[in-house]
Amino acid sequence: MANLQSNLLDMFYMDTIASGETRLHNLDPRAKVMTTLIFVAAVVSFDKYEIAMLIPFFIYPAVMVAWAELPVVYLFKKMVVLMPFAFFIGMFNPVIDTDIILRVDFTDIVTRFIEVMRLVEINTVQDGIWLVEISGGWISFFSIMVRFFLTVGAALILISITGFDSVCVALQKFGVPKPFIVQLMFLYRYMFVLIDEASRMVRARSLRTFDSGSHMSFNLFIPMIGQLLLRTLDRAQRIHLAMCCRGFEGHINMVRKMNFGIHETLFVAVWSFIFIMFRLYNIPVQVGMLVTELFL
Amino acid sequence: MHMADALLSPAVGGTMWAVTAGLIGYCSKKVKDEIDDQKIPLMGVLGAFIFAAQMINFTIPVTGSSGHLGGGMILSILLGPHIAFLTMASVLTVQALFFADGGLLALGCNIFNLGFFPCFIAYPLIYKKIVRQNATWQKAEKNILIGSLIAAILALQMGAFAVVLETVFSGVSELPFTTFLMLMLPIHLAIGIVEGITTAAVVLFIWKARPEILNAASSSAPIGNFSIRNVLVGVVAVTLITGGALSWFASSNPDGLEWAMFKTAAVEELEAPEGVHTSLSEIQEKTAFLPDYGFKVDESDKELNKESGKEESQSWPAVDSGTSVSGIIGGLLTLMAAVGIGFIFKRKKTNG
Repeated sequence: MANLQSNLLDMFYMDTIASGETRLHNLDPRAKVMTTLIFVAAVVSFDKYEIAMLIPFFIYPAVMVAWAELPVVYLFKKMVVLMPFAFFIGMFNPVIDTDIILRVDFTDIVTRFIEVMRLVEINTVQDGIWLVEISGGWISFFSIMVRFFLTVGAALILISITGFDSVCVALQKFGVPKPFIVQLMFLYRYMFVLIDEASRMVRARSLRTFDSGSHMSFNLFIPMIGQLLLRTLDRAQRIHLAMCCRGFEGHINMVRKMNFGIHETLFVAVWSFIFIMFRLYNIPVQVGMLVTELFL
Repeated sequence: MHMADALLSPAVGGTMWAVTAGLIGYCSKKVKDEIDDQKIPLMGVLGAFIFAAQMINFTIPVTGSSGHLGGGMILSILLGPHIAFLTMASVLTVQALFFADGGLLALGCNIFNLGFFPCFIAYPLIYKKIVRQNATWQKAEKNILIGSLIAAILALQMGAFAVVLETVFSGVSELPFTTFLMLMLPIHLAIGIVEGITTAAVVLFIWKARPEILNAASSSAPIGNFSIRNVLVGVVAVTLITGGALSWFASSNPDGLEWAMFKTAAVEELEAPEGVHTSLSEIQEKTAFLPDYGFKVDESDKELNKESGKEESQSWPAVDSGTSVSGIIGGLLTLMAAVGIGFIFKRKKTNG
């Protein structure tokens, strides 16, 4: 029950975020869909042991979230809830792949640090203490988790700055068949209605029973679902008749005009350029080299 | 179970996108030509029903866990395979976009795993064969029960098998094929049994309450369709095999660009004299600071590294601890920069 209600509230909330009025929201949806796809493709194209080169990509979600004034904590919570599959499959990597492939020697840094701070009067740090060895499995596991947050974050950001209907229209312009698009839009519209209906049925039952909660016995579950299905079918028929009366011809017209102008071109071009640069050049290592050479 | 972007390689994800796009195109055409647009509202609303129904749980006795209605099988039984596939695809698209369940690249895989097998394999080849039109009342009841149970179980087993194949071909997860299979199939056998029983019970409920719905659904696919369906299955099988071969090829050369660069860099350095060293280390910097499997340092190299420190460790193919430190520091700085830029944007917004 709580589950149903919170799901519904959650969906309403996402819908509210998506109907924001920032400049990002008003951008042509095609530009945003394109950019997201390029982003995801760039992120997943890395080798499985790559972490460093993935990190610059966090700039995209960071800028988007700030620009579109999205609720960071909420989106983060949403991602954590979705984590289990990637997490549990990824957890096997450290178990199976135990070969050491990364050896980080902090000896140098620690020596310099101690020298600079003049904490202790010693000449050298004992050898090997600051040598950290990491197996390939852990690295690929962290890589999977970083990828997870980047890709899932990108998808969530896309929908929260675009809105579902606009994404559908963009997909149609990209050549996705019309029946499928109409189907998607119907599904989205009636998802709210039917979840509401389902939650009313569950609430009615839980008010009349002694065992609270949304879990019921199988014997009760079947007529409940069956009833919901029958109501759904009747509703579908009524909707269809009503739509026919209003001249439905198999496609949904959108009021919002789409315009792929200079802003859209710039948006796609700049982000794509940044992603390609991140893909080709190892920026963290370059930065790190620079810093370590300057200060150490 | 939903496939995730993080576990996929672009080759596998792309292939599955192509296959799924083809299937959606085919089904859309079919819906347009044969069923006209009349049924589209029905499809949409039934897709929404799957959502709503999945949020109602029942308690599975003894285990303490809970089960809910799966999607593909009941949709196939109610709507026929083509519409069911489109509906399933739309459900998964909404899940991927709106709930970010799975992810965008994995969407192709997910639609295929959870849509193709129940709609185009399990329904026509198993359910339809068991549940025949002209059976007596009692027999039909038994048939529906057995048919949906077996079909749901097998559809889920095939789906789980596909998840394993896609993961293994992608090569991001280290799980070996057989271990993963042993992990996935039993879990999905249990899920399949629950789904099968639930599907059967709901179908029986509908059949008792409003038999005309099921009759209409099963008669909407005339016999003439069968040959086309078989052709489709053939086409998809071929696509699957080529796609599989493609991704297998891609994963046997796992790191694409990266790998090639490593290889050429390594070979060149073996032959090249001192002068090229600087440019090579540039290439090395550009690629990655985490060397791949093949370039693991052996014991003697490790000793060498420890003794000679930073300069020596620049050389290929050592595990480059100097660069690694730089990489970690640089990575942290980059992350801070990324988040910082976000904050700057935010401040600018609130000020302006």
